[in-house]
Amino acid sequence: MKKIQECSKAVAEAVKLCRPKVIAAYPITPQTHIVEALADLVGNKELDAEYINVESEHSALSACVGAQATGIRTFTATCSQGLALMHEILFVASGLRLPIVMAVANRALSAPISIWNDHSDSIAARDSGWIQLYVESSQEAFDTIIQAYKIAEKCLLPVMVCLDGYILSHLYEPIDNLTQQEVNKFLPEYNPKIKLDPKNPMTIGAIADPNYYMEFKKEQHDAMLNSIKVIEQVNDGFKKEFKRSYGNGLIETYNIKAKKLFVAMGSVCGTIKELVDRNKEYGLIKIKCFRPFPEEELKKIIKNKELIVVDKDISFGNEGALAIEIKTISGDVKGVIAGLGGRDITIDGLKKIAEKGGWLL
Amino acid sequence: MMIGIPAKKENLTSYRACIGCGEAIALGHILKAVGENTIIVGATGCAEVFSTPYPKTAWKVPYIHVAFENAAAVASGIEAALKKLNRKVNVVAIAGDGGTFDIGLQALSGAVERGHDFCYICLENGAYMNTGIQRSGATPKYATTTTTPTGNLKWKKPMPLIIAAHQNVYVATANIAYSEDLITKIKKGLEFKGPAYIQIFCPCVPGWGYPFNKTMEIAKLAVESRVNVLYEIEDSIVTINQSPPNPRPVKEYLKTQGRFKHLNENEIKEVQEHINSEFKKLKILEENKIKI
Repeated sequence: MKKIQECSKAVAEAVKLCRPKVIAAYPITPQTHIVEALADLVGNKELDAEYINVESEHSALSACVGAQATGIRTFTATCSQGLALMHEILFVASGLRLPIVMAVANRALSAPISIWNDHSDSIAARDSGWIQLYVESSQEAFDTIIQAYKIAEKCLLPVMVCLDGYILSHLYEPIDNLTQQEVNKFLPEYNPKIKLDPKNPMTIGAIADPNYYMEFKKEQHDAMLNSIKVIEQVNDGFKKEFKRSYGNGLIETYNIKAKKLFVAMGSVCGTIKELVDRNKEYGLIKIKCFRPFPEEELKKIIKNKELIVVDKDISFGNEGALAIEIKTISGDVKGVIAGLGGRDITIDGLKKIAEKGGWLL
Repeated sequence: MMIGIPAKKENLTSYRACIGCGEAIALGHILKAVGENTIIVGATGCAEVFSTPYPKTAWKVPYIHVAFENAAAVASGIEAALKKLNRKVNVVAIAGDGGTFDIGLQALSGAVERGHDFCYICLENGAYMNTGIQRSGATPKYATTTTTPTGNLKWKKPMPLIIAAHQNVYVATANIAYSEDLITKIKKGLEFKGPAYIQIFCPCVPGWGYPFNKTMEIAKLAVESRVNVLYEIEDSIVTINQSPPNPRPVKEYLKTQGRFKHLNENEIKEVQEHINSEFKKLKILEENKIKI
């Protein structure tokens, strides 16, 4: 049954259904409603977890690393400066192959300080070895959290579920919930082989000299590439169980027959779909999975298309991160920088910028 | 590749510390005290580097290294996970003084304030030895390091008192030359329901500049000259455990080490006066049972 809920609350509900045993979080706007809702769920004993009110985001992820390495599921959420402060430990979490799930309520980075939405924060963490899934709606945020645990644990890779700060995090819309029984069936108990256990002692996080380091990184990279299949399978499995899916789990298309295709991530895809509904000259490729990059899947659908790539981030001195990637597989790409620091992206604005690309100011 | 190196015979190696390493001696004592039912979190530093050369490990108990400044935060997560798993296991974080006094202070303060049941051990050798003897907040005044080539200008941070001020924490100082006292304190720290902070004085051969066979002698001399006062803080009250009635002049201690060889008489006098006043402070706290 659908229930009108704030997206952050829905994310917390989804996390609860995945039964993490430790949640470590530090408040940052606009992530706060997620961690407050989780604190409520722990407080009223709906969720049997330890909630650690850490003193920083760096410690939030560090505590998750320690807890996850002890053999239990964890969760944290952050954004912006908080994700930047975690940056060091992002690489450790992925390097130690810990399937931690984190929600990122995407927000701009300082300076100037801005609490509003763009993708600069998670894009800056692009190369940290985390799977990055960008969602368009509250329902997709809810569903993706549940899928994220399954993907993470199958691939032994951490997953970031990126949802636009305010635009999604504070949005109320009808959401279909799932029962505990349904999720238990989809996501079984977490039982890792590698863990800190005095009954079977092992050393985790050893120092690797040049004879070994590269092999670790190659394995990590291969795991990322292999996760493409897993993400598709999990999307399929979810569809079978719950009758909902998001494209093939990696990308989703809308009026793909059109010659001119927008390429974008996150909530702006909703705006673009509205534009497409009004003007069939355009279509949309929504990139749900930015890392690993679904290159092969994209190549199949972009032949002979004019691509308008909308980035809510900027690689200073070059272009938006997504445009840079798309340019490696297509010659006909216009890059659009839009929505930085929470600037509204309107249908009219998109129409105007679609012809020439550049900054939608 | 092995993300976790099982502590099986074929994977075990001896550690690769310098000859006469004070930290290595401390680790031996620590492991005697904690027993097998323990998970160790190691901060980045000498002890971590010399004990975990992939694909080998020197650890027979579960061990994790994550980063430099977060041993206390990682330990917080492990302790929380064990609670949920209903398992009683000792959680011990081990860091150097750089990882404790400086870069790890925030995470340590947070973990102690939250009251996690774990034992944090600081191996204090007074500088960033792993990176080549750079100054830390634990470097003694006037000691030379590679970043204070003309001598350090500050007294070291009073870490045990800073941690004790968090309240509801067992705090102790220890010394590798006083193994019985050290082991007793670690056991006490583990028994304490809540956080424990134990700071172990560990001479460093290359960092301090002395012959490798003098480690224990110098460690002992530090206590005998009150450079390293051994005390405990329980329920916020100080108890001095080892207090030589007639302490040896600090000059005897200073002259054993290259890092102090440039000190003039006035500077030695100043160090002596500082030691006397620091000891007096502790004595006043102890005698009057003043709660920190």
